[in-house]
Amino acid sequence: MLTVNSINYGIVIDHITAGNGIKIFEKLKLGEVNFPVVLLINVSSSKHGRKDIIKIENKIDVDLTMLGLIDPDITVNIIENNKIVNKMNISIPKEVQGLFKCKNPRCVSNFDEYVSPKFRLARSNGKIYYRCSYCEELTSYSI
Amino acid sequence: MSLIGRHLIDPNDFSLEELNKVFNLADKMIEDRGAYSSICKGKILGTLFYEPSTRTRLSFESAMLRMGGSVLGFSDASTSSVSKGESIADTIRVLSTYADVVVMRHPKEGAPKVASEYSSVPVINGGDGGHQHPTQTLTDLLTIRRYKGKLENLTIAFCGDLKFGRTVHSLISSMSRYQGSSFVLISPAELKLPENLKASLTEKYNINIYETESLEDVINQVDVLYMTRIQRERFFNEADYIRLKDSYILNRSKLRNAREDMLVMHPLPRVNEISYDVDDDKRAVYFKQAEYGIYVRMALMATLLGVDVNVNGK
Repeated sequence: MLTVNSINYGIVIDHITAGNGIKIFEKLKLGEVNFPVVLLINVSSSKHGRKDIIKIENKIDVDLTMLGLIDPDITVNIIENNKIVNKMNISIPKEVQGLFKCKNPRCVSNFDEYVSPKFRLARSNGKIYYRCSYCEELTSYSI
Repeated sequence: MSLIGRHLIDPNDFSLEELNKVFNLADKMIEDRGAYSSICKGKILGTLFYEPSTRTRLSFESAMLRMGGSVLGFSDASTSSVSKGESIADTIRVLSTYADVVVMRHPKEGAPKVASEYSSVPVINGGDGGHQHPTQTLTDLLTIRRYKGKLENLTIAFCGDLKFGRTVHSLISSMSRYQGSSFVLISPAELKLPENLKASLTEKYNINIYETESLEDVINQVDVLYMTRIQRERFFNEADYIRLKDSYILNRSKLRNAREDMLVMHPLPRVNEISYDVDDDKRAVYFKQAEYGIYVRMALMATLLGVDVNVNGK
């Protein structure tokens, strides 16, 4: 079985749904950093069967809103001296700004460069959408 | 919360109590317009019309001039710095120092909301694409209130293009907030009220909605008939347009079965959806509705500006 050492100082993003690890790796631009990073895919998980894990041997600013949009079930562990000092459960963000575009082509946020698209979480017919704060159209997101 | 300094972007930005405050003032202005002829002396209305709209712009200008204020602005984006690519934020930051209240019409949906985030004075949405037109909704509500004496427990029928008509979407959203509202939606299948709007209203409010394709079947059951224009280009094919267009034209003969106190309303301009022979009927209130639009805009601006409206001890 493949083994990877635990980290002494940094961040572990755990319980990533199998397949989403590479997306998060790319969104956090972890291929461009100069400190050790490990992306583990298809690791056995008692909860999900398979999961992905990212271990980052450094503390970086992680956009939790963006992580919540990609995969609301993940956990982010902050490690210091080999111990978890902070464990954050991610959830679906209630508000999102600037991470995706409004689907309404007539929306001002697709036209005025000064305007950063803003959304509030909305549900319609049991599905999750984001309602544009400017034009109120519902947008389903994909990151 | 005070209305002074607030923006009006969506008709539901105001509570029912706040709307009543504006309507009460509008009623007083209708009774004695002259008494309010200088309450806005020294105040300036900025009209930022990024697309042409004669009616709404002139109605706002008339409203401010009738209160003794002044007006400045543009009515064509090609004559303003926006044609050079200036952002809405930059435009409003500067222009809101030139005026005390601003009305904006813009083809892009949500543009007045953006303006409100950067403006130092109240911003009124004068229509943003197919999204909202709140002062038309206030006009509609004031008209119903004046003729019916209430806004609760009414059955309102909307007829025509219910899919793209923003005045319909705004009014049905606002009327849903009043207790006991029922709606009859009369349109061809292609132009029905959007499902997501219908679902969000029925989830949120205790309202009844009945949908039909026939105006004649329901005209005797409603308190208000709100007519809208059906545009030829909204139809998928010419044959359907020709087959259906006459069904959604109101004429004197169809009106015969309606209640004696039913109101016929229309946001104007009309094309042929209301025959001219209806104009003389006492139930046809659409020209009065347009006139009330000036008073509701006067009351709105006076309220947002916080000017003294206690004239002659009224």
